Amino acid sequence: MARKHREIGKAGWGYTAVASVIGFIYFFPVFWIILTAFKTRTDALAVPPKLIFTPTFDNFVSVFYRASITTGTSQATDMGLYFFNSIFIAFTSVGLALIVGTLAAYAFSRYPLRGNDTYLFIILTTRMMPPIVVIIPIFLMFRLSGLAGSYWGIIFLYTAFNIPFSVWLVKSFFDELNPEIEDAARMDGATERRVFFGFCIPQILAGLSATFVFGLILTWNEFLFALLLTGVETRTVPVAMARTLGGEVGVDYGLLAAIVTLFLIPIFFVTFLLQNQLLRGVTFGTVKK
Amino acid sequence: MTIELKKLTKRFGTLTAVDAIDLNVGDGEVLCLLGPSGCGKTTTLRMVAGLEFATEGDVLLAGKRVNDLAPRDRNVAMSFQFYALYPSLTVAENLAYPLYAEKLSAAEISKRVAQVSKTLQLDGILKRTPGQLAEGEKQRVAVGRSIIRDPKCFLFDEPLSRLDVQLREEMRGEIKEVLQDLSRPTVIVTHDQLEALTMADRIAVMRDGRIEQVDTPHNVFQRPSNLFVAGFIGTPQMNLVPATLKGSDGAGIAEFAFDGGQALKIQVDPAVSQLSPGAKVTLGIRPRNLEICQDPVEDSLSTKIDMVEPMGAETLAHMNDGYRDLRVVTDWRVPLAEGDHVHLRFPPGVTHIFTEDEQVLRSAT
Repeated sequence: MARKHREIGKAGWGYTAVASVIGFIYFFPVFWIILTAFKTRTDALAVPPKLIFTPTFDNFVSVFYRASITTGTSQATDMGLYFFNSIFIAFTSVGLALIVGTLAAYAFSRYPLRGNDTYLFIILTTRMMPPIVVIIPIFLMFRLSGLAGSYWGIIFLYTAFNIPFSVWLVKSFFDELNPEIEDAARMDGATERRVFFGFCIPQILAGLSATFVFGLILTWNEFLFALLLTGVETRTVPVAMARTLGGEVGVDYGLLAAIVTLFLIPIFFVTFLLQNQLLRGVTFGTVKK
Repeated sequence: MTIELKKLTKRFGTLTAVDAIDLNVGDGEVLCLLGPSGCGKTTTLRMVAGLEFATEGDVLLAGKRVNDLAPRDRNVAMSFQFYALYPSLTVAENLAYPLYAEKLSAAEISKRVAQVSKTLQLDGILKRTPGQLAEGEKQRVAVGRSIIRDPKCFLFDEPLSRLDVQLREEMRGEIKEVLQDLSRPTVIVTHDQLEALTMADRIAVMRDGRIEQVDTPHNVFQRPSNLFVAGFIGTPQMNLVPATLKGSDGAGIAEFAFDGGQALKIQVDPAVSQLSPGAKVTLGIRPRNLEICQDPVEDSLSTKIDMVEPMGAETLAHMNDGYRDLRVVTDWRVPLAEGDHVHLRFPPGVTHIFTEDEQVLRSAT
């Protein structure tokens, strides 16, 4: 596995410049929202838009503490709880989906059923329609079962949404492995459990990280189901964000931008942590040999 | 200790990969399963290992039926075609891995690792990971990992197929030496007949899930029991010529007629007298047994040189008389020119006769 290190700057200045311009265009909205988070209300709405301004942290403070309109005293908002909800729900459901998906993927890869491909196809069909189509039956199911508004309800739903993706992606990583290594481990006295945890999983850690991050990004930003199926206690940040829009004083862009900026941090952090694994994960088969 | 296979069968759906084979491997014996791709030899090996379940029949190790035992409970060592070294472990850890399962002490483990690495000259590379090894080194580590334990038997799946010619020759010798010291029943799967002929005590030639012949390398080569073995073993391939028996004298002198009108009177196995005149047979003769002569004799066929391939010390000539191809190998000094007419002599006692059911006709010895 002698992987060649990429030569820095090999592509030359021309390509680097083009890539930078495209990169800047794509990143600009993110950059602008972060900038807005540090602006006062006047600066945020200024025409023409201001690039140079005096930064303020007021917006970040008012994410968590806001002056009451009626009494004028400072009051804690529930945003801390919503951030906790987002993190808890997203990580738990993506983690669960990854566990279930990995086990299923191993079975699909190593112990194929009669009509294996049909089962895999059926698993994927659950993601073929737009989610909004199933929202009424799901909403009714949640109402009847009492899952609506609970943590487990929404976690359960997100897990179900992430499983097909996990199964398919992780199966492709298992398929890439040389099954002889597993057989060798069996010959050398390993139990089936040891073969799976000791030999298969370590070889696809990169793939698992990639699957985890992709699932996390999708779940983290999910809005529609969160809006309908979470309650006051279990509300996630995207829903809370939407609720700051409108109101009697109009849209507080500074506040919204501050929430978005904070919202970016956890996912940014996770992706950054797993970055090296990620690059290996998505290019698994191509660099392995 | 022995390996016994009794009516061993493996079916994958409607496909019968291994068809009721019987086989015994004695203590210290090296048996090669030889056959073309897809003949069921690897499946047979995997059933002995426990990596595949037998559909029917039994696998007996040291006299005990092990059909239902998991691989780890069979105490069998196996080395794989693609080496199957554990990628994240170093060479030393790879070697030691089978010993952990046996719950040996750390001191005993390092002693054995040292021993094996000395036998196979792995001392310099013990700290490397498999990714940093050359093909030949990987092969040696794979062999080392299988011999480090004291198993009931050894299984090798295509051990040399991934090495280049020179390394292959070297490793063939090394493995043979190692196996001799181990004196355990050993099964080697290979599609390379040279590997089988040089390493095995006995060879089992397989085709389509059945064993065609089990015998010593010498006998498989000299006394093939049917057309398939005759054609499969030996390079260049044995000449197989359809003919019709005209008559025989009971002492093995027989006369054959060929398509195109030529006839031949040669000395063959006396069993030929069992056939009645007019019987269709196939004559088999090795390219190295045919002799080129300038004048026709009663045990020669006349033909024309079609193509000449120098092979160094020898020359391979392809002959064609318009009805059949014959391959002849001669000393390189014999002058051969394409287009020349020559006569090919069938010397006494080297021609095999195969009857219409493809079995050899040979009197018991």
